[in-house]
Amino acid sequence: MNTPKENPVSTTAAAPSGAPSKKDAPSSGSRLTEHLGDFKRLSFWAENAAPIGLLLLVIVFSFLSPIFFTTGNISAILMASSILVVLAIGQSFVITTGGIDLSIAATMTLGAVVFGLSWDAGHNFWLAVLLGIGASTLMGAASGFLISKGKVTDFIATLGTMGVATGLALILSNGRPITIRSDELLSLTTGKVWIVGLPFVIAATVAVLAWFVMFRTPFGMHIQAVGGSEEAAVANGVKAGRIRLAVYVISGALAGLAAILLIARVGAAEPAVNQAYLLNSIAAVVLGGVALAGGRAKIAGPVLGAILLMALTNGLTLMGVSQFYQPLAVGLVVVLAALLTRFQSR
Amino acid sequence: MTTTPAPAPADTDVLLSATGITKSFGGVHALRGAHLTMRRGEVTALIGDNGAGKSTLVRCLSGIHQPDGGEILLDGKKVHFASPLKAREHGIETVQQNLALVEDLTVWQNFFIGRELTKGVGPFSMLDRKKMKAQSLDMLGDLAVNIPPVTSRVRRLSGGQRQAVSIARAAGWSTSIVIMDEPTAALGVQETARVENVIKTLRDKGVTLLLISHNFDQVLRLSDHVAVMRRGLTVAERRATDTSGDELVALITGAKES
Ligand SMILES: Nc1ncnc2c1ncn2[C@@H]1O[C@H](COP(=O)(O)OP(=O)(O)O)[C@@H](O)[C@H]1O
Ligand SMILES: [Mg+2]
Repeated sequence: MNTPKENPVSTTAAAPSGAPSKKDAPSSGSRLTEHLGDFKRLSFWAENAAPIGLLLLVIVFSFLSPIFFTTGNISAILMASSILVVLAIGQSFVITTGGIDLSIAATMTLGAVVFGLSWDAGHNFWLAVLLGIGASTLMGAASGFLISKGKVTDFIATLGTMGVATGLALILSNGRPITIRSDELLSLTTGKVWIVGLPFVIAATVAVLAWFVMFRTPFGMHIQAVGGSEEAAVANGVKAGRIRLAVYVISGALAGLAAILLIARVGAAEPAVNQAYLLNSIAAVVLGGVALAGGRAKIAGPVLGAILLMALTNGLTLMGVSQFYQPLAVGLVVVLAALLTRFQSR
Repeated sequence: MTTTPAPAPADTDVLLSATGITKSFGGVHALRGAHLTMRRGEVTALIGDNGAGKSTLVRCLSGIHQPDGGEILLDGKKVHFASPLKAREHGIETVQQNLALVEDLTVWQNFFIGRELTKGVGPFSMLDRKKMKAQSLDMLGDLAVNIPPVTSRVRRLSGGQRQAVSIARAAGWSTSIVIMDEPTAALGVQETARVENVIKTLRDKGVTLLLISHNFDQVLRLSDHVAVMRRGLTVAERRATDTSGDELVALITGAKES
């Protein structure tokens, strides 16, 4: 009763099932059977909801629509999902620390408007890109400072920066879209590597880099540690405040990159509210098997989750389902995934 | 009033001394001028009732808390631990009462968190996972009754295994001082014996130890010097050879004043 802060070691924690008595990893034979056993566990399905769901979707839609599983359409799905993939990766970094970035879509909009204005002002394309991404990064840093230095909770801080970013985008652009005609943007939209459009190549590159940072660098380990237990991380010398700041900077920068992809897609920088992107970025992360409580990082999951959401929308459109039903379908899929995560082994 | 330190034997040399340490959390005065002396190569025991302030003192010595007042001398020089990293740099390793393990990370990651081994240079320096796994396995040694694979997540370990991981980490990294805050609190007989062996091995290697324990037999068996805390103050010090379990109980409860 005197030491509420200290939880003594849980004596109820179960011993690991079948803990090997030998020191190192089990032999490859037992590893195989272990993996076969995986399929029987609900946690296996829960942890791999995104790839399994994607596979199911592809199979079902391929039967329902002859167009769905064609190179043209697959290429279109990947193209359409590139923006969400980039956003979901940013969101995944934040959620791994146990936070959430509600400002991600608004920050993207702000980045798009700043890019548009810079371009309109006659700046070089790459300078405009730099300014757009820079503005978004600053927005992310603002959220990060509020959270790490101001000790504001993630939800409230990013709710605030969401409003600020949306407002700034409207004020700066006077509420009107800025049409962009640039050769660089044109080659971004039309460029291809085999059947894969350049935007998706960019998104995939971001994913590979993000995976490397998260799982192969001390920084990535610290992100997971802060999300898992800030107290323990700090006791081991991790600077939790810096890590929290950094993930929001990453999220902001990726929102800026997504802004460029968005402009390439619609051909204009619009101050429109892109709230669907916010919800879908969180949905993709949840579908990817990342717990909102933080501590367990995933990159491939959220990427597949983003593609899944886009494949779902695409398939429904192909089947002539009214646009009105699409948010409903997305919502149901996310709820299903969220229910499944309850069965994840931790 | 009762804070006069027991006369220290002049022949041993002091490695760490903390004096007049105060620390408050809001209105809670956890430490009200505690002091502690650790002699080089000795096992110093710190005992006291729950809430006496032992863990708070430990956290001040390991850089998690910064004391509100008082000073810490290490090797005669005044030190200030602004962060746990600073304490580590001075060779102080700690097994916190809450073990300070990140459950979502693996055993080897917990061994190396905050001091990862990397290979490569600049932005392309990456974790040397192989090396860290191998070294963790070494550090874990034969401490645990059921050695967990270093690649398993801490969440999956039993209470005893977790405690073993935390102790092995501190012992493995130790250079000069190891602090253990109730290291055997949740352990069985066999596991406790192993931890006591670790303590003896460390002492034989010349490491200076601070042991916090409620087990008086253990304290008398392992330590050279005993400090007693009560309500944020160090109220008595004894050489382990000059005291008994009964006296320690009396000192802890206040039935006997210093
Ligand atoms: N982080 C904290 N915040 C508030 N109160 C604390 C904190 N840490 C310790 N305390 C209080 O300080 C007092 C001493 O606690 P502690 O050092 O854990 O005692 P011990 O380890 O001797 O059992 C207790 O009253 C405890 O509730
Ligand atoms: Mg304690």
